[in-house]
Amino acid sequence: MSFISLLWVLLLGSLLGLELIGKVPPTLHTPLMSGANAISGITMLAALTLIVKAEGNIPLLIIGSVSLGFALFNVVGGFFVTDRMLAMFSRKPSNKK
Amino acid sequence: MNLPVIIKFVIDLLAVLLLALGIKGLSKVKSARDANRLAAFAMSLSVVGLLSYYLGTSGIAIQSWMWIIVGSIIGSLFGAILAKKVPMTSMPETVALFNGCGGMSSLLVALGVAIFPISGGQENFDFFMSLINEVSISVSIFVGAITFTGSIVAMAKLQGWLSTPGWTQSKVRHFVNIVFAVASLIAFFDLINGNTSSIWLLVIVSSLLGIGVTLPIGGADMPVVISLLNSYSGIAAAAAGFVVDSQLLIVAGAMVGAAGLILTQVMCKGMNRSLVSVLFGGSLSAQSTASSGSGEYTNITSCSVEECALTLEAANKVIIVPGYGLAVAQAQHTLREVTKKLEQNGIEVVYAIHPVAGRMPGHMNVLLAEADVPYEQLKEMDVVNPDFPATDVVLVLGANDVVNPQAKNDSSSPLYGMPVLDVQEARTVFVIKRGMSAGYSGIKNDLFDLPNTSMVFGDAKKVLNDLIGELKDLGVGEK
Repeated sequence: MSFISLLWVLLLGSLLGLELIGKVPPTLHTPLMSGANAISGITMLAALTLIVKAEGNIPLLIIGSVSLGFALFNVVGGFFVTDRMLAMFSRKPSNKK
Repeated sequence: MNLPVIIKFVIDLLAVLLLALGIKGLSKVKSARDANRLAAFAMSLSVVGLLSYYLGTSGIAIQSWMWIIVGSIIGSLFGAILAKKVPMTSMPETVALFNGCGGMSSLLVALGVAIFPISGGQENFDFFMSLINEVSISVSIFVGAITFTGSIVAMAKLQGWLSTPGWTQSKVRHFVNIVFAVASLIAFFDLINGNTSSIWLLVIVSSLLGIGVTLPIGGADMPVVISLLNSYSGIAAAAAGFVVDSQLLIVAGAMVGAAGLILTQVMCKGMNRSLVSVLFGGSLSAQSTASSGSGEYTNITSCSVEECALTLEAANKVIIVPGYGLAVAQAQHTLREVTKKLEQNGIEVVYAIHPVAGRMPGHMNVLLAEADVPYEQLKEMDVVNPDFPATDVVLVLGANDVVNPQAKNDSSSPLYGMPVLDVQEARTVFVIKRGMSAGYSGIKNDLFDLPNTSMVFGDAKKVLNDLIGELKDLGVGEK
């Protein structure tokens, strides 16, 4: 992938992000922040790449593994905690009857 | 193009699409939960895509599998446990902690690549390509380190482990931070010039910069900072995407970075603060001590829980204004019991939610939802403000600055211009509060001096429990 096309990817990704959450009810600010935060743990893919390409270099394997751990802590924790928050909202309609 | 490349391309494309749909869905109440799961699915899909690509091309060594499994199990396990155990009131600091770890991960990847350049990526490393590589590594380290230390400081301050040191409220802090910033820049350019050893300098000074910038910020502004740091962690991920040459990382990181910025902006608006004053202004109470010299209360009326109960019993319409104090006292369930009793007596009850009530925008909604308050009873500020004149009783529970009429009447007040709830328009206002201490802003609340305001002193949970008892004695809610 050439650098220029990566820059295009960056630009379009940013524009997409700006458009995606135009109007959000205040109710959802905390869950949205938490969900978006989980997605930023996508850097786990970089950590995986590092480990796969380490070719037996032990220090690099360790760095990659620790990095993967931090990223997955972010991802798994982030999605679970967001789900917990949102579960409280979606429970409401069924309770109302 | 061979098969593994095509498969990875298709999976990446699908993952980006699902992530975008996920973020979009998270902004609507109905679809939010499914959207969150969709995003989680997209993330797992992206891992499958990457691993299958390597299996189909270079293969993955047994040793690598070992380190992958160890890292993933430990990280996921701790993340899942924390997410399940943490109380809903500690949500802001939990998000801060998760966020910091994401930044740390990007930092480590860049550090690893910088110390041990990986093979098998772009082979034609001409000058231009290596320059880009150095720049992306430096950005990734710089932003990653700031995200990490900033988030940890934010978490520690919200947890009360860290107070605001005095020197950080003086002008000294700007000087200190400028030194850190300049040092980061020097290290940054030195690294790009090919001097690999300055990488450690960059790690250290950007970490210090993260601490130095976050430490002076007061508790009230912390949510804005967390949101901003959340945006940073997206940027760090995108930078890491340049380091390992992954479009998926760049798109996802850029989306989070941009979405985080918008959310930060929304939060600033709700608090009538500009991002600049949040970041460089120090804590609000330090700014305002000079201007709010007239901070003496002259006309405080305090009353007993019994009087409060009697007034409530006679009311037709009651509005509850919950705030941070309610969250701290964990009194949302007790509050729900009180309102249930009132409703059984035919009294109309709604909750007025200020955009920044609680400790984060939307935090109060989460807490009240946890206590089974029907969604329809939560009214946003603009909707509920016209209702106050027709309201008999307002119960202010642990909220302070968001009900301060100064924001409307006193142009010299630091709060002036902040959107507030017009509770003083109601016939009677009860403020349940532990003492006469000021709110986050440290500013005197003119509401407390008004003739139709009565203070009920005590811990929110205890007062509400007493209130339930009094209402029972009056026969409210018993059919």
